[in-house]
Formats: sequence, structure tokens, C-alpha cells
Amino acid sequence: MTQLPLRAQLASALGRSAATLSRMTGRGDGSVIGGRVGLMLEPDLLRQLARDRKLALVSATNGKTTTTRLITSALLELGEVATNAYGANMPAGHVSALSQHKSAPYGVLEVDEKYLPEVLDTTGAGVVCLMNLSRDQMDRAAEIWLLAQKWRRALSGKPTHVIANCDDPLVTWGASTAAKVTWVAGGQRWKEDSWSCPECGGPLERKGVDWACRECTFHRPEPQWVLDDDAVIDPRGQRWLLDIQLPGLANRSNAAMALAVSEAFGLPVERALPRLREVTSVAGRYTTVERDGRHARLLLAKNPAGWLEAFDVTDPSLPIILSVNAQGPDGRDTSWLWDVDYRILRGRPVFVTGERRLDLALRLEVADVPFALCSSFSEALAMQPPGRVDVIANYTAFQLIRSEFGRAV
Amino acid sequence: MPSDSALRIVWIYPDLLSTYGDQGNALVLEHRAQRRGIETETIHVRSADPVPETGDIYLIGGGEDRPQILAAERLRRDGGLHRAVARGAAMLAVCAGYQIMGSTFGGEEGQPVDGIGLLDISSARGPARAVGELVAEVDAALGLPTLTGFENHMGVTRLGPGVRPLSKTVKGVGNGDGFEGCYAGHVIGTYLHGPALARNPALADLLLSWRVGELAPLDDTRYEQLRQERLSTVLAS
Repeated sequence: MTQLPLRAQLASALGRSAATLSRMTGRGDGSVIGGRVGLMLEPDLLRQLARDRKLALVSATNGKTTTTRLITSALLELGEVATNAYGANMPAGHVSALSQHKSAPYGVLEVDEKYLPEVLDTTGAGVVCLMNLSRDQMDRAAEIWLLAQKWRRALSGKPTHVIANCDDPLVTWGASTAAKVTWVAGGQRWKEDSWSCPECGGPLERKGVDWACRECTFHRPEPQWVLDDDAVIDPRGQRWLLDIQLPGLANRSNAAMALAVSEAFGLPVERALPRLREVTSVAGRYTTVERDGRHARLLLAKNPAGWLEAFDVTDPSLPIILSVNAQGPDGRDTSWLWDVDYRILRGRPVFVTGERRLDLALRLEVADVPFALCSSFSEALAMQPPGRVDVIANYTAFQLIRSEFGRAV
Repeated sequence: MPSDSALRIVWIYPDLLSTYGDQGNALVLEHRAQRRGIETETIHVRSADPVPETGDIYLIGGGEDRPQILAAERLRRDGGLHRAVARGAAMLAVCAGYQIMGSTFGGEEGQPVDGIGLLDISSARGPARAVGELVAEVDAALGLPTLTGFENHMGVTRLGPGVRPLSKTVKGVGNGDGFEGCYAGHVIGTYLHGPALARNPALADLLLSWRVGELAPLDDTRYEQLRQERLSTVLAS
């Protein structure tokens, strides 16, 4: 690594001090404030910190944090890796991550969908991993077709190697201006945002996993990597049983993406896969917490596609607690609850909590799903018999539950 | 198989305009009809398919700029919705779907785009995005309680003499002229998500009653709890 200019060194060091101070005073993990301080002192800091490193940027609506974690685990096989493990996925978080690992030759950065063009321009990252795009927090997020269009512009004319999920038509469209794309058939469970062609607006026709526009030439590219249930088939046709510990189809898809990204860094599957199998929970997700003999497994679901994935992970024989908030990071409009098909919960004991529990209560009543209303997560947990229970919560509701257990998960 | 007498709810172009949970409007109508013993049949009409003329209640939702333009083009070409409304069908048009009902609306770059002319309104792109909770008092002629919902749009809508305002805004932006939504005959337009009929069951019953006549009362405890929580929170803020 070449030495940073003096101003950047100072900015980076002061940022790290601010982060430490923030952590010590219990204000958070410090990754945002530290980066902000650094950027204030040296606006060009991210570019300078990114220089001479091999970087992967990871973006999608769902699975960013988990896939970032999986890729990081794999690349540790090659050397030190800088990463924003706690989901601070805007430039301040990237500065903070790279500052903390100044000598790491590799970096894996989770990037907010909207910030991808800016972060790609600034860092000149060599690899970009794109998984899925679906409706999410409509009151503050950009419309997803516009997002994909911005990705196209950002990738056009750059030497970036993109690893993209070709089972998501909008991601395929967003990635297809890149000079080099490795297509991964990573699956797509939520299809409600991809009935029309991103290129021309015509109807998309689907036959099995294949899709093509009925009115123009836009169609699913031939994948080099294929997720096949619990295994991945690599570009040479070799089949690898994933056998990862993270649960559910969405995580097997994330793992397939991570293996393709690893190979782009020259790391073969036989060395990457054992590293992916070591990951058991990601920033509290999929972890189990215990109180008074109740073992609650925590799942985060922020939007309709995420709820569909979470239902896939839950155990239908267990009771389930649902918690919904509508603070800034969650989106203040709860209309999306009506895009989730809750009928799958019929027959399970269902407990409803969170600041917007009345919205969820009405939604469940209309879906003919019986439930009990609880004023807090603690109350909902106390109502369970000793044993296991599943929990699905959206963003701030999830963080609140985590903090009740000391975030030590 | 639903019988011929089933109430037909037609959801127009969910592949283009259903971005904001607008499916909920169809679910609430179904649920409220079925609880009163009224059989329902819900038809999802994709944008490549013809719009049936013989539906009872038509719904169209919100969405992004480009699908909105596509939906307007296809509805104009198809003509099925115009024939259904001429036959007396009821209709709830939300947000992007509401704007389409007028003579023009604002496209991706703010350019005027032709609507389908089912309501005497015209819309354009406003100066700022209106995002947040909305509260409004409904036109007394309709006899409905306070309207509540969530708006998220950049449109400004001007009402012509052929429509009446649906409500007068207490909180929020709505049409941009102090009113929210409009109606004419059995066609209602609104900017409200939430979805609108989940937040305002009386509005759902109005649409139902236009097709099936007088309705038996329902236990609306869950709806009322949500309405009270939303109204008191929003009006206090």
C-alpha cells in the first residue's frame, strides 16, 4: 500500500478517534460519526483510502449485509479485509471501514442502492456484486427502475467486473451496460416488481426460470453460475453442496453470489466455501436469544420480498412474534404490509407487537389470521411457553429487540 | 367457481400500478363483502390483457412515472374501462391511477401526458414531493367520517366543474388546492395509500353499496382502533 497524504492520514486518524469516543460513550458502533469527521477534514478521503486496494461493492434491496459478510469471510483466506460489517452503507461508513484497516489489501463494502454510482465513481472498485431490486420504503427510497437506470449509467464505460443475479430482470438490466458481467442464477422469489420489461415496458414472459420480453429482445442471459436448491454449479459444471449454517433459500443465493465474487478475486470455490460455512449470524440476524427458558430466533424483514424470505426460514411448528415500526429507517408508510401474504401464518400462534401493531393487526384480521396483540416484545415473549419461538421484525423494531439483549448477538 | 351473481372486483394492471400496497383495497373490499355473505370474484387484469366491461368495482393503484404512462396508453387503446364506467360500474383510482383518470398528467420530465378522460381533472408535476400522513373532512353529500391515509406523490391536481372534491384537507397536501381527491358519479379518485380502504372502511362500504345496495353493519373494532391511533397521532403532531 502506498502511503496516504498527510492530510488524509490526519483525517483518517481523527475519524477513528471520534469513532472510539462514540463507542466508549455508548452512542453506537461509531462507524458513521468517525467517517463523517474524516470526510469533513478531507472530502477526498474515500478516494484516497480506496486507492491501491482490491475492492468489491455489494448492493441490492435485500441481503446486502449478509452477502458482504460472506464475501469478507471468504476473502480473509487471501489476506486482511476492510469491511463495513455493521451495515453503515453510505460513504461515511465506507471511510470508517477503510480507515480502521489501513493496511488491508482487500475491501468488501456494503453500499446503499442509491449511493452505488457515487461510491463506484469515487473508489474505482474492481468488482461489484448486485443481487436483487424490489419495492422498499417507498416514502424515502428512489423508485427502483430509476435506481437500475442509474446503475446502468454508472457502470457504463468502466472496467468494473460485475457479478449479477440474472434471475432478477431489473438487476440484469441495471448490470448489462458493464464491460464484464458474470451472471449468477441466484433465484428470485418475489416477482411482483418484475412483470414488465425494464427496457421497453412490454410484458415479461416467464417459462420456468427463464424470462424474456414479449415485445423487444431483452431476455435472461445465460448464467455461468447456477444455484440449484442446496448446491451451486460453477462455470466448469462442477456441483458444490453449500451446506452453510445460515438458514433459508435467500442465504443460499447470497452464498452463490459470494462464491462467484470470490472467484473474481482469484479465490477458488474449494477455499472459499469452507469460510462461508463458518458464518452463523450476521449483525444479530438469525441469532437465537434466550430469556426465562424462551429461545427466540431473530429474523429481520424490511419489505415484502424480505418477509417472503423470512417466512421461508421460520419453523411452521413454532409460535411466531411479529414486530413492526414505522420510524425513518423503516419507512413511515405501512402500506407495504398489504403486499405481504400473511395467510401462510394460519394455524400458528401469532403475536403482534411494535409501534404500528394496529396496522399489522388489521392486516392479519383481513387475511383471517388469528393473533394476540401485545404492548411490547417482552410481553409477547413472556406469553410464550418455554421453548423455541420465531421472531420477525422490521428494522428499528429489530434493533430495539437486539438492544434489549445487550446487542451481544 | 363463483356464481354469475358474485360481486366482481377488477384490479387493473397490478403489473404496472401496485407499488404501494394498493392490493389492500381489493382485499378489504373482498373481506367486507364476504363477511356480509356477498360472494366475490377478484380479477387481476395484467396490462397485456383486455379490461372486462362487466365488473362491479374497478381498482387502479399507484406506481412510478413510466408504468403510469404505459398504463394510460393501454387503457385508452383498450376502452374496456370507459365502457364499464358508462354502464355504471364503481371505481376507486389511487395516486398515479387517479392522475390517469384526468385529461393530462405530468410525465418523467414533467412533460404533459394524455390521461384517459374519465374524470374532469388535470394534473401536473408540483414543486415538491408530498410525503406523509393526510387527514381530510369528506364532502358532506357523501356522509362519511374523516378521511385518513398516507400520501406520496409529486402531482398537483386541478378539479374541473364536472367533479366534486372528495374532501377538504386538514393535514397534508392532497390535490394541492386545499382539497384531497374528487368524485363524479361512481368514480372516486384519491392520492391516499394506507391503503385507502383499510384506513377508511366507510369508503369501502360506499363503493360496495353503489353496487349491492344497503349493507349490514360489521364489527369494525380493528379498523376503528387503527383510525383512532392514526388520527390522534397525526393531529397531535
